[in-house]
Amino acid sequence: MSVARNGAGPGPGAIALTGGLAAMAAIAALSLLGVDQRGPLLILAILAFWAASWRLTVSLAAIEPRGRAGRVALQVLIPIVFGVSLLFLWELVVRALQVPIVLLPAPSDIGVRIANSLPILWVDFVQTFLKAVVAGYVIGCASGFAVAVLVDRSSFLKRGLLPVGNLVSALPIVGVAPIMVMWFGFDWPSKAAVVVVMTFFPMLVNTVAGLSAAGAMERDLMRTYAAGPWQSLLKLRLPAAMPFIFNALKINSTLALIGAIVAEFFGTPIVGMGFRISAEIGRMNTDMVWAEIAVAALAGSLTYGILSVIERITTFWHPSYRKG
Amino acid sequence: MEKSTAAPAPVIEARNLDLVFETADTPVHALKGIDLTVNSGEFVSFIGPSGCGKTTLLRVIADLEQPTGGSISVNGMTPDQARQARAYGYVFQAAALYPWRTIEKNVALPLEIMGFDRAERKRRIDGNLELVGLAGFGRKYPWQLSGGMQQRASIARALCFDPDLLLMDEPFGALDEIVRDHLNEELLKLWAKTRKTVVFVTHSIPEAVFLSTRIVVMSPRPGRIHEIIDCDLGPDRPLDIRDTPEFLAIAHRVREGLRAGHGYD
Amino acid sequence: MTPPSTPIAEPGAAIGYAGPLRRLGRRMRDGRTVPVLTVVLAILAIWYLAAIGMNWATETVKLERAGEAYGVPDTVAATWSAERPVLPAPHQIVVEIWNSTVGVKPSSPRSLLYHAWVTLSSTLLGFLIGTALGVLLAVGILNSRTLDKSLMPWIIASQTIPILAIAPMVIVVLNSVGVTGLLPKAIISTYLSFFPVAVGMVKGLRSPDAMLIDLMHTYSATRRQTLVKLRWPASMPFLFTSMKVAVAAALVGAIVGELPTGAVAGLGARLLAGSYYGQTIQIWSALVAAAIMAGVLVWLIGLGEKASLKRMGARP
Repeated sequence: MSVARNGAGPGPGAIALTGGLAAMAAIAALSLLGVDQRGPLLILAILAFWAASWRLTVSLAAIEPRGRAGRVALQVLIPIVFGVSLLFLWELVVRALQVPIVLLPAPSDIGVRIANSLPILWVDFVQTFLKAVVAGYVIGCASGFAVAVLVDRSSFLKRGLLPVGNLVSALPIVGVAPIMVMWFGFDWPSKAAVVVVMTFFPMLVNTVAGLSAAGAMERDLMRTYAAGPWQSLLKLRLPAAMPFIFNALKINSTLALIGAIVAEFFGTPIVGMGFRISAEIGRMNTDMVWAEIAVAALAGSLTYGILSVIERITTFWHPSYRKG
Repeated sequence: MEKSTAAPAPVIEARNLDLVFETADTPVHALKGIDLTVNSGEFVSFIGPSGCGKTTLLRVIADLEQPTGGSISVNGMTPDQARQARAYGYVFQAAALYPWRTIEKNVALPLEIMGFDRAERKRRIDGNLELVGLAGFGRKYPWQLSGGMQQRASIARALCFDPDLLLMDEPFGALDEIVRDHLNEELLKLWAKTRKTVVFVTHSIPEAVFLSTRIVVMSPRPGRIHEIIDCDLGPDRPLDIRDTPEFLAIAHRVREGLRAGHGYD
Repeated sequence: MTPPSTPIAEPGAAIGYAGPLRRLGRRMRDGRTVPVLTVVLAILAIWYLAAIGMNWATETVKLERAGEAYGVPDTVAATWSAERPVLPAPHQIVVEIWNSTVGVKPSSPRSLLYHAWVTLSSTLLGFLIGTALGVLLAVGILNSRTLDKSLMPWIIASQTIPILAIAPMVIVVLNSVGVTGLLPKAIISTYLSFFPVAVGMVKGLRSPDAMLIDLMHTYSATRRQTLVKLRWPASMPFLFTSMKVAVAAALVGAIVGELPTGAVAGLGARLLAGSYYGQTIQIWSALVAAAIMAGVLVWLIGLGEKASLKRMGARP
């Protein structure tokens, strides 16, 4: 069904056709489910939907985009088409096979639950993200950075701390959660403490690596200017370290969220995303669990996205951005 | 060449300079017994094969390496004092421009460090960019410029704080022949105009003979001076001078010196 | 005519020459063992001091209640041997680990080795499956343009999502359909180790220089030959790096997987039990055991990395 036109990939006609077929199959399946018809017709409709939407994705992927705008548009469109068709398939299969909600809720169920539980979701978000994650992330990253700048002056300390820091980054640090609860109490400060420990070491290791990233020639240049150590730090080594620092900041944003949520599995007052997840699991309300996870996923990807944008603005000069 | 009655102190004076690198297995005798005097206004080239110590010697002058024996003075001071006094500008083999700064800001870098005020910085940046032929490219980023232009920016950066001594480590080595010829001409004009003392490391014989008033031929293992050749081709040197017999004679001497000192193992 | 190199007997020849002892000293000074040892010793020292500081209040209260006269050395000794300390001293943790590994039968539920094995088994199972799947998917993404453009963005995006939060749900849901024990935890570990390996291998399989791929074209090599002879060896460094991340993630996944159902076996269960009953030293010993396990696993992968890179002629 993909008709290559002038080597530019399938033409718009073919794409519209497959898209239309997929939509029609989806509507057919949904209406069959609506009137509770679960026979072979339904199976056919679902298969037709999957085939058509896969075909659509393949055709879109085969397009050779012209110009930058086209390329960016496709980069966003194809995963979205893929994701949306997966979501639809999920919905259709769950409804068709009448999968119990405790096993796997349909996306529509989750959506309804989100809509109905916005206040609870918000309170949990405030407790976990706005308090524990943000506080822990800021303190952890800032202290990791500060220690790295101090350690950087001594080659001896660098060689000693770097292997230790690398090792600690591989350890299951989340396990310190019960200890933090013992030290800082049940509430969000103990979760923030876990986040601090989790984000400290990646930041330390990456900043130290970044501060050494400035080339030997550039450092010699600073020496010929008889620049002081702080001048050299501010004007050369810190800007050169930015790609590494942002790498750590992005990794840490995910680690912070994971740390705060999992730390709450170990015990927390009756509010918080981790608490909600473990509590609702106990009650077998999987749709609420999925709702919380959806909120966490949204928070995680938004933070990561914002950090990536800031990274691009600060490190626009790095070769990795200039390769087209 | 005028000779004043009271000979001015040499800009660089090295006596029996020695430098041994300690490596993991055997020590490397990078410089041995270097005796060299460079006077003000000269253009001195160091030429030799790899490993002869020419870059090392330049770095010792710049206080980027420390000698293990002998003595060296720059402007009558130790290299460290000379460095603290910002006595020289250094140009590397690569442009070493900071990619997060525009060309203007790159040239401003030493001026910022040395504490010039904003108006003075602007004046010097504009002046030096004009001098190297990069007027109007100040707002560009280094990667937007060709290799030759980047190197010119690097030279402007080395000149902007007005040092009397210019140390250049194979600055045109990475460029193609045509650009290289062009930059050689420009450098010569610059030198004639500013009358700075230039120490220039190269492994290109025509380049050394074209640019210099004196050529220091070095040989490796251990790094030492094989011969110092006077290059008296006069101050006006168009590119055509490279085909004249005088030029070829000096180039021949240099080549012979290199061959004698090299010793193929 | 080769110029003579500096003979040993010439004056000045000894400059820079160092005897074997001095060279060892120099290697030690410039190497990594001495700094790392110093840092570790410093950490231990700070730990002991912190133990004094943090246990001071509770221990002084206890000594007061005991009624006898006591001095500072007694308090210090007490802070280092408390039964339920706020911060146990390192030797207390070592003793506890010793007691629960060597002092108990390995098959008994009080043995740390038993719990460690429970966690390790699901970690390893999940890690191996996850790595295999990750590599398979990477090869698939390499060969299918559609997968590359539709699935890969989601895989990359999923690294920003706290997947570990799903762990309890997976356990509970699988338990409710009768899948219990090792398998649900292994599934979580699989899931967590799959992503780093997939992302790393895609990068690795695409890492060879364009020149080398062109060379394969000139040999009319099939896609499979290019994969086996060029892309796979070139991706080894990426594979090992992502395997180190994956094994650490798999371990965390196994531990977190033991939390929700109130499991009674595994290091995570032991952590939870310790926190419920206030057994501080037990918590710390489980944590240290988990840390040792993580360190050993990563080190083993590092060994594999060195061995395989050496066979491929990489520079040491």
